[in-house]
Amino acid sequence: MANMSLQKNPMPTQDPEVRRNNFDEVALGYTEEQAVDEAGRCLNCKHKPCVSGCPVAIDIPAFIAKIRERDFEGAYQVLHKSSSLPAVCGRVCPQETQCEAKCVRGIKGEPVAIGRLERFVADWHNAHSASAPEKPASNGIKVAIIGAGPSGLTCAGDLAKAGYEVTVFEALHTAGGVLVYGIPQFRLPKEIVQKEIDNLKAMGVTISTNMVIGKVLSIDELFEMGFEAVFIGTGAGLPRFMNIPGENLKGVYSANEFLTRVNLMKAYREDSPTPIRHSRNVAVVGGGNVAMDAARCAKRLGAENVYIVYRRSLDEMPARKEEVEHAMEEGIVFKVLNNPVEILGDEHKTVQGMRCIEMELGEPDASGRRRPIEKPGSEFTLDVDTVIMAIGTSPNPLIRNTTKGLETNRHGCIVTQGENGLTSRDFVYAGGDAVTGAATVILAMGAGKAAAKAMDEALKEKHANQARK
Amino acid sequence: MYQILKKESLNPTVTRMEVYAPFVAAKAEPGQFIILRVDENGERIPLTVADFDREKGTVTIIFQIVGATTYRLNLLNEGDSIHDFVGPLGTASHLDGLKKVAVVGGGVGCAIAYPVAKKLHQLGAEVHSIVGFRNKDLVILEDEFKAVSHVMKVMTDDGSYGEKGVVTVALKSLIESGEKYDEVIAIGPLIMMKFVCQLTKEYGIKTVVSMNPIMIDGTGMCGGCRLSVGGETKFACVDGPDFDGHLVDFDEAMERGSMYRDFERHAYEESCNLFKGVR
Repeated sequence: MANMSLQKNPMPTQDPEVRRNNFDEVALGYTEEQAVDEAGRCLNCKHKPCVSGCPVAIDIPAFIAKIRERDFEGAYQVLHKSSSLPAVCGRVCPQETQCEAKCVRGIKGEPVAIGRLERFVADWHNAHSASAPEKPASNGIKVAIIGAGPSGLTCAGDLAKAGYEVTVFEALHTAGGVLVYGIPQFRLPKEIVQKEIDNLKAMGVTISTNMVIGKVLSIDELFEMGFEAVFIGTGAGLPRFMNIPGENLKGVYSANEFLTRVNLMKAYREDSPTPIRHSRNVAVVGGGNVAMDAARCAKRLGAENVYIVYRRSLDEMPARKEEVEHAMEEGIVFKVLNNPVEILGDEHKTVQGMRCIEMELGEPDASGRRRPIEKPGSEFTLDVDTVIMAIGTSPNPLIRNTTKGLETNRHGCIVTQGENGLTSRDFVYAGGDAVTGAATVILAMGAGKAAAKAMDEALKEKHANQARK
Repeated sequence: MYQILKKESLNPTVTRMEVYAPFVAAKAEPGQFIILRVDENGERIPLTVADFDREKGTVTIIFQIVGATTYRLNLLNEGDSIHDFVGPLGTASHLDGLKKVAVVGGGVGCAIAYPVAKKLHQLGAEVHSIVGFRNKDLVILEDEFKAVSHVMKVMTDDGSYGEKGVVTVALKSLIESGEKYDEVIAIGPLIMMKFVCQLTKEYGIKTVVSMNPIMIDGTGMCGGCRLSVGGETKFACVDGPDFDGHLVDFDEAMERGSMYRDFERHAYEESCNLFKGVR
């Protein structure tokens, strides 16, 4: 008999008063008992609506059934078949709009806590299984992956499982992409990312850091070096600014810079050689997950007042509900329906305030959300000494500027043919934010997975044709 | 890891290192830069490529010991390795088609100006080099500049070597004496580049400067290196580091460069204390 409780087992979390002063993980994870109890809520529907909501099509009822049987390693094996990074996805996927949105239990009450269960299983495996994955037999075919973020690592994992000799080229000194430079420690501990990367290495994947493809090597040169297919997963790393006066003042950061200093360069640790402003009053402009991450980091670095300044209302905010709630619990102040018009500086060109204007919502715009309109005469000054711009990113132009015949659209995103990620160049595939513009970790992983499948098929066909000749 | 094949002290605070980095050496061009991390938890610092040898697979860097990271870098010796060394980054200097150029270098900026002068010389241009230092002890690369220059002026602030005065004095007198330059290339402290640009603007001579702001990734990701150029925001790492000096807002760049001055001074002092007696 299924557990008919209408509510999910709540996620144990660190107390907000405590956690806003540390960078330790906020959500603590289910115990075995909580996981088994929550797994009991799954009705094991025959038509599995949840699976259709998962970008990598994990067999969700199957892994939950294993949890109910207390076969946690068996549950992990189900996850592992579809996802290369379950410990990551269980933490950062927007399950509420994906698998859990389709859950039958959600019609009356809360859906099954699929994300929390995924995280539980992955963590259980990492804690209990000492064995690293084995290196599959090699087929001798070399493939190159550009970018060691979610899409690239997923693509690398699937191709390695299929026997390819995979090299991942990463521009930074550490693999992980946004998982290490962007998402903070308190939401995704870096040890978890490192463990996933170590697993890839054990499977024979070579990770080559400090390699800025487009500068140090071109895609054409990769083919000359014997790579037979290339996957571009270079993300959307170029920060946008608002183009308002005062954006070049000292104390104005892009969210990318602020988060990179804090996370990748470890400025949150006292012994770090990386400088960061320790601010009193911080305004974070934007309403996405990146804005929440930046605001919560600023709070943890000791800021007294941290404001989210967002031009629409809470309802339109693109950030996950859970992130917004966590931020509110930690004392972040939400100044919604406000838009910056100018950043003010002192005589040393250091931020000393931000002029904002109040907004109201008009008719829906192209995105389907109600368009924010300025309220005339409603300007006011917010007393801040630091401003963090978290209003989005665009794809980096390095690859498109150095690769002949690679088609991109007017936003600079790489154009692919349908779902499999093939670009306008033979044997060159792309996926993730480099194709879609800034989106989620799991969508990037789904794209990496689809591309790996397509690359495998195309390379097998190529080699079969060569053998026939 | 990237091994140091050769280390040489050019003056008490400036060091030259030849680093084995074959992928970088294969592509590097004058005007481009690299980013390095001395050790596993080190900060990333940009340094302009001072020279390269494609056959040996080496890249030469020249740095002044100004902060904690350069202090630690200078503790490494031949045979030791630098943890991370990434490049070449930025766009190469546009030197093709130039017939007569004044290359102005200030202090350790001469390390960046030299490969530009050398490349111009190789391309057949007439190079007039003006290099400025605080005093005689700090003069670097004099012979190297001489070998590629048609005219060579060494200036010192105190007159202890060469001529007394700043680089703009020498540049002005060359221009006044009738030298006609296609372009002036100025590389050095911001204040020097600012005054060179003020001077050349009066004479209407195109002037290119090399900017070296605070940056992290060097690939356009952080935006920390942004500058105002002709009223537009540019990223030095991908749009530069070379820019039209008459359009650069130097005052803003100088303020931005001072953003972490207190932190850096503190870190430097800590490093020095930490390593006292270790040498």
